[in-house]
Amino acid sequence: MTLPLTPETSDAEVRSILEASIARSRSVKDRIATVWMWGSFLVLLVPLGAVIFYVVQMGASQFSFDFLTTDLPVVTRSAAGGIGPVVYGTLLITGAATLMAVPLGVLGAIYLHEYGGNRRLAVVIRFLSDVMTGVPSIVMGLFIYTIWVLVFGLSAFAGALGLACLMLPVIIRSTEEMLRLVPDDLRQASYALGNRRWRTILTVVLPAAFGGIMSGIILAVARAAGETAPLLFTIGVVTAPNPNLFSGSNTALSTQIFANAQSPYENAQNRAWGAAFTLILLVFVLTVIARVVAGRYARKRGG
Amino acid sequence: MADENYGRALVGEIAPGGTPLSMPNESPDDAELGPADMVVLDDRVAEPAPAPAVFDVDDLHVYYGGYLAVRNVTLQVARHQITAFIGPSGCGKTTVLRCFDRMNDLIPGCRVEGTITYHGVDLYGDDIDPVEVRKRIGMVFQKPNPFPKSIYDNVAFGPKISGAKKSDLDDIVESALTKAALWDEVKDRLGTSAMGMSGGQQQRLCIARAIAVQPEVVLMDEPCSALDPIATARIEDLMQELKQDYTIIIVTHNMQQAGRVSDRTAFFTAEVSPETEQRTGVLVEFDLTEKIFSNPSDERTENYVTGRFG
Repeated sequence: MTLPLTPETSDAEVRSILEASIARSRSVKDRIATVWMWGSFLVLLVPLGAVIFYVVQMGASQFSFDFLTTDLPVVTRSAAGGIGPVVYGTLLITGAATLMAVPLGVLGAIYLHEYGGNRRLAVVIRFLSDVMTGVPSIVMGLFIYTIWVLVFGLSAFAGALGLACLMLPVIIRSTEEMLRLVPDDLRQASYALGNRRWRTILTVVLPAAFGGIMSGIILAVARAAGETAPLLFTIGVVTAPNPNLFSGSNTALSTQIFANAQSPYENAQNRAWGAAFTLILLVFVLTVIARVVAGRYARKRGG
Repeated sequence: MADENYGRALVGEIAPGGTPLSMPNESPDDAELGPADMVVLDDRVAEPAPAPAVFDVDDLHVYYGGYLAVRNVTLQVARHQITAFIGPSGCGKTTVLRCFDRMNDLIPGCRVEGTITYHGVDLYGDDIDPVEVRKRIGMVFQKPNPFPKSIYDNVAFGPKISGAKKSDLDDIVESALTKAALWDEVKDRLGTSAMGMSGGQQQRLCIARAIAVQPEVVLMDEPCSALDPIATARIEDLMQELKQDYTIIIVTHNMQQAGRVSDRTAFFTAEVSPETEQRTGVLVEFDLTEKIFSNPSDERTENYVTGRFG
């Protein structure tokens, strides 16, 4: 019960009443919750730290400019050579996947949010895109294998198709979320000035959402760069760079790690560590770029 | 009927010295006048008006889906005057306002019946492009909504999309900001983001943005409701200046504001249907502001302006 305070209540009494209200039980709960959260945070850091520590320890020594640029040895147990074709293949495949998924995904999201609303077509597309998010990447790889590889053979493009299928729903989702964050007031202001809808999207909505859309795309690219399953039976293996996107086998960091890590030869295993280090570095750089873009966007909006 | 009202409504405009005439001999009992025909002005003057009415609204009904939001609105908006819409919340003031620049088209399910003519042209005619309408009829919103762009780009936005030459933009921006009484405050930071301005400055920027496309009419939807009294006073002064060049319609919750700034006032109220309990806005009375506040013909208006309800 709250004690009534009167003008006669002495300062000391008021103090004791107010201090008592910051009860011991509350400060104990506060302490427990704080410890719990810090503990959870540290526990989460353990696997992340261990992975990074181990990959750096094993892989950093392999890493050099030569390692990144020279061809793979024809014999996997050889210590010579590097992972040049692998880096090349990863950039080629991820780049091609990005070129396919980004325009489709961003335009799809624009349709869904700016035009579709709750129309049946939009609802169906949104549902399918959600389903697509949940398709396991190995299944996506099998799908590409049956519709593309069986007909046209192994190629970087087949791998890119698989990655694009995985990126597409992610980009649609993240872009739609970003478009949703653009206040409707801005669209109204633009319409009221006699701006047409498509032009409002180009001149007001997309610039306002640009940073968020970009960082969503970059994160999707980073995610795809490390995907293994869709590439396993779509791109094949090569030891020299294959610049032809549409024909001939290719190779990528993730599949190379997968193959070399299974090898009994130490040199091959070392190459896998080096490739793993390279991949983590690549993803890290892309993530930092995404953060910087998103941060710059937040500052701009805040004025 | 519409033509007759048209002529009558303009009577106030040609009053000597620009001061609105008071209308002593209106006849509220006139059987021919329905409740929407509240433009009960003097019949003495039959001269042609010096400037035609900008808008002529005849028996307007607005529906949202199957729901009748506003019914039987008939009024005329005179050129280079400030027309205020007042009334309690939910009486359809904003709905009617948004019919003038066809912003209601953007609300799914919204339907308009009756006619609104703009210089004699039916705004809801088959061949009318709402985008062209909105270029001529600007709008200022309740909440300041500058684009997350620089001050300069905000003002230049409308002219740019209307195809203004790049070389003219500087002059357009300066003139719009000057008219909006903002130039001196921002001329040294035109390149900074508009999001860093105060609320009052942002609203004046929105006014500058609206007039930069040189519209004929500026619609204002409670432009001061998010502002403090000092910023409100600045906007009200600004409206008096803008009146020289523009026709203004303002929706306001603030009766004192309507009394201070407007030449004519339309009082709306909401009627609740006994069966469906739906609220439908109706125009109770439309007249010279002076008359609405001093000697309204309808009891509901009197109750509202004297603070007895709403």
